[in-house]
Amino acid sequence: MEKVITAHNLTRTFGDFTAVDAISFEVGKGEIFGFLGANGAGKTTAMKMLIGILSPSAGSATVAGFDLVTESEKIKRNIGYMSQRFSLYEDLTVMENIRFYAGIYGLSLSAIREKSSSMLERLELSGESKTLVRALPLGWKQKLAFSLAIIHEPKIVFLDEPTGGVDPATRRRFWEMIYETAAGGMTVFVTTHYMDEAEYCNRVSIMVDGKIEALDEPSRLKQQYHADSMDAVFQIMASGAKRSE
Amino acid sequence: MIRQFYIFVKKEFIHILRDPKSLLIIIAMPIAQIIIFGFALTNEIKNANFGILVTQPDNTTRTLTERLDASAYFDLALVTDNMEDAEKAFLKDEIKMLVVFEPGFEQALLHTNEAAVNLITDATDPNTATTLRYYASIIIKDYQQELRDAGSLPYSIETNIRMLYNPQLVGAYNFVPGVMGMILLLISAMMTSISIVREKELNTMEVLLASPLQPFLLILSKAVPYVILSLINLTTILVISTTLLDLPIRGSLLLIFAESFLFITTAISLGLMISNITDKQQTALFISLMGLLLPTLILSGFMFPIENMPKAMQILSNAVPTKWFFIIIKNIMIKGLGWASVWKQSLVLVGMTTVFLTVSIVKFKPRLA
Repeated sequence: MEKVITAHNLTRTFGDFTAVDAISFEVGKGEIFGFLGANGAGKTTAMKMLIGILSPSAGSATVAGFDLVTESEKIKRNIGYMSQRFSLYEDLTVMENIRFYAGIYGLSLSAIREKSSSMLERLELSGESKTLVRALPLGWKQKLAFSLAIIHEPKIVFLDEPTGGVDPATRRRFWEMIYETAAGGMTVFVTTHYMDEAEYCNRVSIMVDGKIEALDEPSRLKQQYHADSMDAVFQIMASGAKRSE
Repeated sequence: MIRQFYIFVKKEFIHILRDPKSLLIIIAMPIAQIIIFGFALTNEIKNANFGILVTQPDNTTRTLTERLDASAYFDLALVTDNMEDAEKAFLKDEIKMLVVFEPGFEQALLHTNEAAVNLITDATDPNTATTLRYYASIIIKDYQQELRDAGSLPYSIETNIRMLYNPQLVGAYNFVPGVMGMILLLISAMMTSISIVREKELNTMEVLLASPLQPFLLILSKAVPYVILSLINLTTILVISTTLLDLPIRGSLLLIFAESFLFITTAISLGLMISNITDKQQTALFISLMGLLLPTLILSGFMFPIENMPKAMQILSNAVPTKWFFIIIKNIMIKGLGWASVWKQSLVLVGMTTVFLTVSIVKFKPRLA
């Protein structure tokens, strides 16, 4: 399988504190890769290094085939990112948000027009293009944010706790969107602390105290730890954690 | 890249236009400030009530009283022949100044060439008291001069006072350049820092940094709307002060705009520096207000003369950008001087801008890389 992310001993320290401690892993094309860990385990720091907004203290990585340190500009063209808080502008309308994000990724006006109408239709937001994002329900904001993160058809999309605070039904629909996206060949790198969501991933890694303690398919992990759910696996792993929030 | 820039600037304008509160601040603040400083907060005094205490009224005391009353500065509110009434009037705040003529005033003046007028002022407000005393003594001196010219006084010692560039001592000549500096600094620095910090607070900054958007383009797009707004404000201020406050623009208008543009750049680079220090909009607001407004008010020279300050404060005042802008604008607008008189101050502003920009870029970088 073609590798789109490779990390080798990737490390980030803040003063004396080692937030991410020499992690190594690979992610294949079209894979849904779950990046799990308790709060403070270092998953957001690791993700920020991979998307190029935080420089690694040691180690190396390639993302979309480009070197993390020397080719970060090229990486930025080939990835999408959705942050924890959906990162939409609440005082802009749905359409204005679409135009803005598509615009900074350099999409042409005709491409934006085409994409936005199909996107709005898919999201069932066609009647809401002039609505301020502020007025949208949380679930719709989340789906819109995801659609905007992949509007430029990146090779990899990074999702940082994309389902925080969203109701279970919406979460299910959101994961259907993720599946569709991955089926189209896009790699999905997702952090979450909902263990039921971990079951939807092709492979998961579990971070404890800045290190990757486990990395495999959910079914194999369950087998290995003699657990009947990912939640149980996670409890076993996390019980050894020294760091807390 | 030009399209990215255009899209980003457009977004910034939508933010500004959709937020009526900040829009109100940006548009109304300059107008309110100029009017407050121009009319209410001037140290000119008009129509101050005064009283006269005279036991033996004669032509001279009457003429002097009329002269004072007729001036724009004084209104006669009390004529009395005893001190008790005058004191009561002072206590009730009916008069701010009392003119006491000695008994036999005219006789004394004609025969001994000397007559005493006492000016008693309510010094609970020392500034007002000083100003009133100053106005009154000028009016009295003028009258004395007339008597001398008429030949009725043998010895004449002429004192000539000339107030250069601002003969009427109009406060607005001083306040308008000061308020201009204050508003341009506040709007540019505060709004730029808040609008950048807001992106951090909303987490949208991360998404922007993870996008192919060049950081300098991001910063430039943030700055441009406030440059435009500041230039609009500058125009508003100039229009109001020339029409309502009768302020002259003696120098080159083009030079005023060019220097203001330089100062706005200084202010925006200050705003960038502030946005690097903090991740909270409230902190950015607080730093802008405390760190910029207060030093500007106190140390830029437009409210308190720097020459009268302790040495340490005088040295400190050099670090306040508004001080230099204030000198530049006064030289151009009021004195009608040209580039030759302001290039040094302009150079100081260029230097400051370079330092602020360098610091913010150096501090901004580790967050991106």
